[in-house]
Amino acid sequence: MALPLIYNLESVRVRWASTVVAVLGIAGSVGVFVAMLALARGFQAALVSSGSDRNAMVRRAGATSEMDSAITLDQLRAIEDSAEVARGADGPLVSPEVVVVAALPLKKSGTDANVQLRGVSLKALAVHDKVKVVEGRFFTPGLFELTVGKNARDAYRGVAVGDDVKLGGTSWKVVGSFDAGGSAFDSEIWCDANLLNATYQRPTGIHQSVAARLAEGDAVPALERRFAADPRMKVRVERETDYYLRASQQMTTFITVLGSLVALVMALGAVFAALNTMYSAVAERSREIATIRALGFGEGAVVLSFVIEALLVALAGGIVGCLAALPLNGLVTQTLNFQTFSHLSFAFRVTPEVVGWGIAFALLMGLVGGLPPAVRAARVPVVVALRDL
Amino acid sequence: MKFLPLLFANLTRRKVRTTLTLGSFAVALFLFCLLVTIRAAFNQGVEAAGADRILVINKVSMIQPLPIAYRERLMRVPGVKEATFANWFGGVYQDEKNFFPQFAVDAETYRTIYTEFLVSPEEWQAFLADKQGAVVGKATADRFGWKVGDRIPIKGAIFPGDWEFNLRGIYTGRRPNDDLTQFWFRWDYLKEKAPPWAQNNVGWYTVRIAPGADSVKVAKAIDELFANSAWETRTQSESAFMASFVEQMGNIEFLMVAIGSVVFFTLLLVTGNTMATSVRERTGELAILKTVGFTDTSVLALVLIESVLVAAIGGALGIGLAKIFTLGGDPTKGMLASFYLPPAGIAAGAGLSLSVGLIAGLLPALGAMRLQVVDALRRL
Repeated sequence: MALPLIYNLESVRVRWASTVVAVLGIAGSVGVFVAMLALARGFQAALVSSGSDRNAMVRRAGATSEMDSAITLDQLRAIEDSAEVARGADGPLVSPEVVVVAALPLKKSGTDANVQLRGVSLKALAVHDKVKVVEGRFFTPGLFELTVGKNARDAYRGVAVGDDVKLGGTSWKVVGSFDAGGSAFDSEIWCDANLLNATYQRPTGIHQSVAARLAEGDAVPALERRFAADPRMKVRVERETDYYLRASQQMTTFITVLGSLVALVMALGAVFAALNTMYSAVAERSREIATIRALGFGEGAVVLSFVIEALLVALAGGIVGCLAALPLNGLVTQTLNFQTFSHLSFAFRVTPEVVGWGIAFALLMGLVGGLPPAVRAARVPVVVALRDL
Repeated sequence: MKFLPLLFANLTRRKVRTTLTLGSFAVALFLFCLLVTIRAAFNQGVEAAGADRILVINKVSMIQPLPIAYRERLMRVPGVKEATFANWFGGVYQDEKNFFPQFAVDAETYRTIYTEFLVSPEEWQAFLADKQGAVVGKATADRFGWKVGDRIPIKGAIFPGDWEFNLRGIYTGRRPNDDLTQFWFRWDYLKEKAPPWAQNNVGWYTVRIAPGADSVKVAKAIDELFANSAWETRTQSESAFMASFVEQMGNIEFLMVAIGSVVFFTLLLVTGNTMATSVRERTGELAILKTVGFTDTSVLALVLIESVLVAAIGGALGIGLAKIFTLGGDPTKGMLASFYLPPAGIAAGAGLSLSVGLIAGLLPALGAMRLQVVDALRRL
């Protein structure tokens, strides 16, 4: 027969001071754990959402990122002529792109940071269909005009709509800004690919990557086979989402490793606090426990009861920790994307999954911290403890 | 001192509780040292930067090259003592996960400017004699188990092709926080094998200024020299350049302080609670101590010293473990340039630990001091 839950609730209430300590200890570790996971998830989500399931990204074989890739005009034509590529009203839905970085001053510190500049054509809007102009207009091809992602607009000085920006000795006018749904594009500045090539003294006609809308979702292997048979095409084809997932991996691992390490050490501390609380609880309650045993409750019932009590405390800690981390959701922060050496804005993402991990982490701490004291409670010798009365 | 046995007896009375409190301190101090180490790793570039070195990069952005011909012109700028150059190679060793920074360097001048890196003269001579030679930092060599004489294949990314290098030397650092992850090979080998567009370009110049020269003035003179050319420059001190990198990494400082405060607040609660409980349990004993002639102050001191003692032992344990942990190397496998717990961090940790012990013990100690003997004995 199990002990009623109300007994545990009452016990927790009576020892509220040490309960609060244990709850806060667990809440602290869970908060840090959840915040770190949310940071890693947010970074990954920002990059992954830049890609689309329905797009393929073509780069030079052996290139590690867009920055060190090159696609010639011949190769571009071959991609455009592929049967696997979707066609729109103005021909194939293929967006050849040039990617470079420029140093611009950050609003918050005034120091320079690297912003990614993407040279595109009007086709880019059709291929990257998440990108929507929200202010002003898209740049006009052939003019030194810029369209700025919304995070870039907020992060850098002097890139508001209407501003003039000096890049590589030329003056460019910001004519609009776009929203790319929280993806990495939001941290970028877009302009005409040919002008960007000329400004950066790069060879004309060489693009760095080509994004192509696929006619069918699973056409990447077919496209790979087609290019493998073509000696001109020393390229690597990838589903866009796969490319961005890989690009995010290094940073995500980095945050997760350091974050977990910190959270783990904190958890150890929290387990100590929980153990301390529960051991004191057991020590102070030895007569109570003996009475319960004398009433006919078995050892198992006592262990279960104390474990439940520890889990209750842990659950409270987990909930407090998650609640404390919740305001982080959506908070935009920046870091350096090592793949491209550019500054990337992204939002913390406290997803239900992350919260679930946080609660599970808390319960685990409760179990580890509650079990040994519970076993001790069950071993309280009934006769000796009752004689103390 | 004569009360030491009493203190000891008090501590060993409830062994589990004392152990757990010690453990809490050890864990908190371990974490503190870990955070200090991570922060130091992020700031490594700034702290290890040479005071007499300035960096010249392309004004457009650091990924844009500069002409090789600039070296001669840089050397003629007053206040410039030596100039060396390097290229970011960005190749892949076996897998993209095996990241480490690779630089094509001007072998003759690189070592005279980066004096903090130590290579034995024989190894350096071997490096100078072999066009495909390479020198690597000890951290990276240990990570992949490389020995001098190994042949290392690296797949070019910015500079396409399969590149092979002969490992001719392994460098160590003069200071404990020097970056031991770099891989250097000869710029003339890059020039020979690179595509035409790269052959007359370098990534950046590092300039060593003459003793007594004003680095700000020299930097300004360099930028003015190349103003309005096709490759305008941006010159800044090495530490400013590194600081801008750290700035872009995000607000590490805030993160560290936030986590640290949470931990210490919790620790304060845990210790305060434990001390309060143990004083409560001992009310009778304390009353008896007072009855046999202990003054209020000595009772206060007794409780306070017990708390500080726990803090000191636990703290020392945590700091010691952290030191051992950091000696084990970078847990992120190559993402951090160094993983070293600075002595200042140890001192700060020790100070914090003792303060927490003092503050946490204060309230229970005051309670013990104010204890009325008559009341306490009546409760027995």
